[in-house]
Amino acid sequence: MSRYAAPGSDGALMNYLPRYDHWIGGSYVAPKQGGYFENPTPVNGRTFTEVARGTADDVERAVEAAHAAAGAWGRKPPAERAEVLNKIAQRMEDHLQELAVAESWENGKPIREALAADIPLAIDHFRYFAGAIRAQEGSLSEIDEDTVAYHFHEPLGVVGQIIPWNFPLLMAVWKLAPALAAGNAVVLKPAEQTPASVHYWMSLVADLLPPGVVNIVNGFGAEAGKPLAAHPRIAKVAFTGETTTGRLIMQYASENLKPVTLELGGKSPNIFFDDVSRGGPAGEADEFYDKALEGFTLFALNQGEVCTCPSRALIQQGHYREFLEAGVARTEKIVQGHPLDTDTMVGAQASNDQLQKILSYLDIGRQEGAKVLTGGQQAELGGELEGGYYVQPTILEGSNAMRVFQEEIFGPVVSVTPFSDFDDAIGIANDTLYGLGAGVWTRDAATAYRAGRAIQAGRVWTNCYHAYPAHAAFGGYKQSGIGRENHKMMLDHYQQTKNLLVSYSPKKLGLF
Amino acid sequence: MAPSESERPAAVPQSADGTERVALTDGAAALVRRLTERHGPLMFHQSGGCCDGSSPMCFARGEFRTGESDVLLGELTVDGVAEPVGFWMSAGQYAYWSHTHLTVDVVPGRGSGFSLEAPDGVRFLIRSRLLDDGGAGGSGADAGKPGEAAEPGGVPEPDAPDRPR
Repeated sequence: MSRYAAPGSDGALMNYLPRYDHWIGGSYVAPKQGGYFENPTPVNGRTFTEVARGTADDVERAVEAAHAAAGAWGRKPPAERAEVLNKIAQRMEDHLQELAVAESWENGKPIREALAADIPLAIDHFRYFAGAIRAQEGSLSEIDEDTVAYHFHEPLGVVGQIIPWNFPLLMAVWKLAPALAAGNAVVLKPAEQTPASVHYWMSLVADLLPPGVVNIVNGFGAEAGKPLAAHPRIAKVAFTGETTTGRLIMQYASENLKPVTLELGGKSPNIFFDDVSRGGPAGEADEFYDKALEGFTLFALNQGEVCTCPSRALIQQGHYREFLEAGVARTEKIVQGHPLDTDTMVGAQASNDQLQKILSYLDIGRQEGAKVLTGGQQAELGGELEGGYYVQPTILEGSNAMRVFQEEIFGPVVSVTPFSDFDDAIGIANDTLYGLGAGVWTRDAATAYRAGRAIQAGRVWTNCYHAYPAHAAFGGYKQSGIGRENHKMMLDHYQQTKNLLVSYSPKKLGLF
Repeated sequence: MAPSESERPAAVPQSADGTERVALTDGAAALVRRLTERHGPLMFHQSGGCCDGSSPMCFARGEFRTGESDVLLGELTVDGVAEPVGFWMSAGQYAYWSHTHLTVDVVPGRGSGFSLEAPDGVRFLIRSRLLDDGGAGGSGADAGKPGEAAEPGGVPEPDAPDRPR
């Protein structure tokens, strides 16, 4: 085990500033109304920096700065924009550990995940869109011998992006990389629980970006999010969060006839067919079985604070008991502790209200008759972690009608239920308001294919889970949102189509 | 434009059978009083989905447009607040929640939606208990199949919420 030093302590790889203003037009700007709010680390609940409390005035300044920068940025050759993105990626790679410490300290996630997933994925995302924009081509359509329709991609202009708190840097990069590659300027509002790590990121890359191309306005949804989402000079709003705010943002955008992309979460089923447990010739456990058990246990990744948390495990009757017992044993091996320890697998929930919400779900789950197979309580880790927000990895057993099967708890909690056959599995899997992620585990390729096609979700992990490569589209069916993130198709969400319809004929129409 | 809450037809679940479906703790009521002084009449819309999902969002009345896809679970009356505070939820979500009684509480926290209390360093939170009759009318509430819950435990007596009002 090794322990990274906490920001602000001796030997720390990175330190946060005591205060962050808004980043507007390439420099820090104090909030017009002068307000700041405290930013505690979920590791121990203590404040480590304070952050500007943005209002409509600050959003206005940021939108102006972005408009001043958008034209020149959008006219840059794709190769030059790609070079900026590649340089940002390299700078991040050169400071990977510092970024991981920053992210872990602010969000509470275990640093081993930040080192292995959050930051490397963010780096690769910039590189992916640097490549994608250079390879993107317009098209031409031959209408007739003398008439050609040319289709060009053009940037939207200035876009607004509202970022969630569960993967503060990665989710910011998911939105920033395609928007910047496509030639847009951005006004970004980080989540109020995790506003600081993106400022640390900016401190590393600010010299690479022309002033005003990326602007960061901090603040609360009602005070800074609304003026951003409702701003008439914002060409598009991208939001990751939940359904009510998603609807509200659509409502604001509709007033300006502006498009939105929304990623609003899910209640993802993770389906384990009987043949998962039939391993070697004698039915013994094998490598795939071990992988499937890890796939079950991935409900605890990032403390369950993942939109695609596999929070409903559906296990076929034939191996239900043995697989579930093995899943409980695997879950009980999870190491929970200080997020900056490299051995820690589950760290702190991101905020106190998140902790309290999880506990309220454990309560209603019990009331509805769900059986607690392991965990089920707040984890009191004590010592230097006193005051932090920790929950024991928890397995509940019940039925799909229970609220713990229907709502995103956003904690390290999985609800387990058996199924009889294929149709039963798909019926339960689709009996949900959401359709973001799903998992299918089977040794039979035909079953895997049929299940994947039958599940109403935007991403069906098949014999894997929680992989997020940049080159695979991610987004929701049903109430889980509108649009996609990742994949080069994401460029379309940040571009206009310009059609030049050109006649090369000297002949008139002859109508007038 | 959508009709205001007070003009809406009484497609209100609790009016059919008189069941109270939603209440406030004293702490939440005090916060509603403070927010009303600042923002005028209020409303709640219960969220779903990720991040701040499953939390009740508090808005100035009419800020969030309800429509045919929403149900009004109750009109909360608060001492010192002239107008009742409507508590709304999407009908799809209600289908899965209708067997539970909801109590709006408040805890220290931050939230991340557009709810009005977040800047005060507090967050509205839902605490739930089973309705005595097991709920009514929810298509999703009775979707459980026999044997689906392996050896379900007994249903314990719901804890009394923190002095609902």
